Amino acid sequence: MSNRLRCFRQSLTAAALAAMLAIPGAAMAQERGGTMNIIVQPEPPILVLGINQQGPTQTVAGKIYQGLLTFDFNLKPQPELAESWEVSPDGKVYTFRLVKNAKWHDGKPFTAHDVVFSTSKFLMETHPRARATFSKCEKIEALDDHTVQFTLKEPFGPFLQAFEVSSAPMMPKHIYEGTDFKTAPANATPIGTGPFKFKEWVKGSYIHLVRNDEYWKAGKPYLDDIYFRVIPDAASRSVAVEQGTVQQTQFNDIETFDVPRLKALPNVEMTTKGYEFFAPLSWIEINTRTKPLDDKRFRQAMMHALDRKFIRDKIWFGLGRPATGPVNSVTRFYEGNVRKYDYDPKKAEALLDEMGLKKGADGNRAKVRLLVMPYGETWTRLGEYVKQAMKRVGVDVTLETTDAAGWVNRVSNWDYDLTFNFVYQYGDPALGVSRTYVSDNIRKGVMFSNTMGYANPEVDRLFAQAAQTNKDEERQQLYSAAQKILVEDVPVAWLLEMEFPTFIDKRFKNAVTTAIGVNESYDSVYMVKK
Amino acid sequence: MPRIAAFVSQRLIKAVFVVLAIAVFNFFLVHAAPGDPAQVMAGEAGAADAQFVEQLRQQFGLDRPMIEQLGTYMGKVVQGDLGFSYRQQRPVFDLLMDRLPVTLSLTLTAFVLALIGGVALGTLAAMRAGTWSDTAITVVGLTAYATPIFWIGLMLILLFSVNLGWLPAFGTETIGAGYTGWEAFLDRVKHLVLPVTTLALFYMAVYTRLTRASILEVRDMDFVKTARAKGLPEWRIVSVHVLRNAILPVITVAGFQAGHLIGGSILIETVFALPGIGRLAFEAVLQRDYQVLLGIFLLTSVVVVIFNLLTDLIYSLVDPRIEVAP
Repeated sequence: MSNRLRCFRQSLTAAALAAMLAIPGAAMAQERGGTMNIIVQPEPPILVLGINQQGPTQTVAGKIYQGLLTFDFNLKPQPELAESWEVSPDGKVYTFRLVKNAKWHDGKPFTAHDVVFSTSKFLMETHPRARATFSKCEKIEALDDHTVQFTLKEPFGPFLQAFEVSSAPMMPKHIYEGTDFKTAPANATPIGTGPFKFKEWVKGSYIHLVRNDEYWKAGKPYLDDIYFRVIPDAASRSVAVEQGTVQQTQFNDIETFDVPRLKALPNVEMTTKGYEFFAPLSWIEINTRTKPLDDKRFRQAMMHALDRKFIRDKIWFGLGRPATGPVNSVTRFYEGNVRKYDYDPKKAEALLDEMGLKKGADGNRAKVRLLVMPYGETWTRLGEYVKQAMKRVGVDVTLETTDAAGWVNRVSNWDYDLTFNFVYQYGDPALGVSRTYVSDNIRKGVMFSNTMGYANPEVDRLFAQAAQTNKDEERQQLYSAAQKILVEDVPVAWLLEMEFPTFIDKRFKNAVTTAIGVNESYDSVYMVKK
Repeated sequence: MPRIAAFVSQRLIKAVFVVLAIAVFNFFLVHAAPGDPAQVMAGEAGAADAQFVEQLRQQFGLDRPMIEQLGTYMGKVVQGDLGFSYRQQRPVFDLLMDRLPVTLSLTLTAFVLALIGGVALGTLAAMRAGTWSDTAITVVGLTAYATPIFWIGLMLILLFSVNLGWLPAFGTETIGAGYTGWEAFLDRVKHLVLPVTTLALFYMAVYTRLTRASILEVRDMDFVKTARAKGLPEWRIVSVHVLRNAILPVITVAGFQAGHLIGGSILIETVFALPGIGRLAFEAVLQRDYQVLLGIFLLTSVVVVIFNLLTDLIYSLVDPRIEVAP
């Protein structure tokens, strides 16, 4: 045997041995066990996801409840409680085949009747987003115990997106039917189909979930427990990560100025993936009813006066991308070919001059109020930057502050000139974009409506038409046209496509695997034991 | 004694009316703030429609006239019912009882430590006025008083939890440890060390300064000189003659602060993630959880009234020249 051949055979043997050792090793890596401590902030008011859909509620209750579908990073639907689905050629009939072995945490089987109850009764009463979607249904029926069919009055392009867990969590019919959903005693002990069961909630301190031993995916979940820890102070949350008291933070838990420090920790990794479904977009909301904000040249001047790269780099410490328009670039039907507003104070001044706004003796052309959003230090810093940037082009901005309740009250009742806001897009313009701009959503007293008072019949028509077709090419054309008009009109001054940092202890794997990231069920998360 | 009994009973009767008046005032106070719980919840949901906001308003009873809401609230208060928090889905009384032990273990321990330590250090500083020990106590006291309490808390966490790893930084217990009995008690004590120290440092500084100033006023009075002339030992002069006469201002401030112990310390409870009444109140303000706020205000007002009464009684015990009169 030649040396070369012997060498080759030895290599093969070594590789085979390594493979034999590695395979059990890989299996070992996903063996059961481990406890994960995750920050939850602010503390959710209730854990029943059908009743409350605040961000923290979604993160905790997403482990208890499930939807029919989830979404990959490219927003393509993936099976969850529905193992397959079909859409009729006319886009009006959606048929879902459900997994057959799913059970509620109390042992009762999960069936198509639960889906019908959830979508036609429970969520219609309690969930504004679900109500908007499922009110488009003519009929929701269980064809058998494991098949459910939705018949729409007319096609609705983003219908599948409505089956993500926070958009349509499945609720147990046998527990809630005939009760007052919002005050039912069962709300204290949430029952879902998810991989973790509710164990205990010490208000103000922690929420304890334990492994669901009867979970319908064999061998899962891997973790024994998840504790959601309530730590209200932002500085203390950063310390908790450094100290290893918690193994995960998400969304706004960490102030942006602490991100570089935590990113450098050796035992923690940071990712900005897992927010694609929400695709938060921030902007300066503009009350277009007041002068001089009613003139689109003033709003265009604002776009030129603000350096969004500076905002991203110095205020958000590199998190996010400067926004180009009303649709986040990770959301479906984004159009990048729109008018560009580069940072150019001279262009801003020219537009203001064109409006006839001349500088006075004090150097000011106009005065506006900016109501700073009361959700953390970063927004306060942004307010200070906007004041300085607008001063450079002769606009005197007065900063106003209030608490969260005051902010909602003033913005929803149109008592502001400018304010900050950010809104989730839920994967499709028909779900999370059009609501901000269409004129039939100008509703006093209702937050996250068209509080700016912007009205453009052509935009209304394009959004309505795009939602009522399920042909993607047609929808793209309509949404592209709408985006071009909106970017010209500037009903809000778009700032950033926001990115949230998720910090995860490196021992925990598979935490972020889909477009809903930390709100996933965590049935695949496992801990690497040393 | 009958005189004191009459005094106490009359003050208690008056207190009932005072507390009821405060309850009415509080009701209008919390409703004067902009926004309501329905709007806050709609804002937090990230999506809302008119039906959603209206449903919440009906659920919270906010759709009814203000005077009717006040009548309903006062009707419940006189029956000892503090109402129901729709946001937290629990009776307010239960919420308060859940949070009270954490707050009291923090504030009472800090209060007692601060009172004893502050009076001792203040006495020492006054009796050695002008010496290096007086200067040292004064400098440390002023520093503790002037430094923001949350900053001291964070520095203690960094030193004793993050760098030295001696003490836990957050919460009231090691979550998931499953300790019982003695171990559980020790675990809770360990969790209290840093927050209690932080809070006690601030209060101690107040009592030290107050005691020092008060003793300096008293120590040169004629009756002290007489005691010295009689040849009494110094410790007796200080403890019986000087301190007893100098302590009244300290009792006044301590009585005032004790009345607020129930309200907890928002900053300490926030920094150390303690689920106490202070944090509950702060969150209730942000969420406009009217029922919880009213419950906390009512409880606080009752305790303040009681401690005012106790302070008056202690005055008469410490200084017989002060009489209680109905």
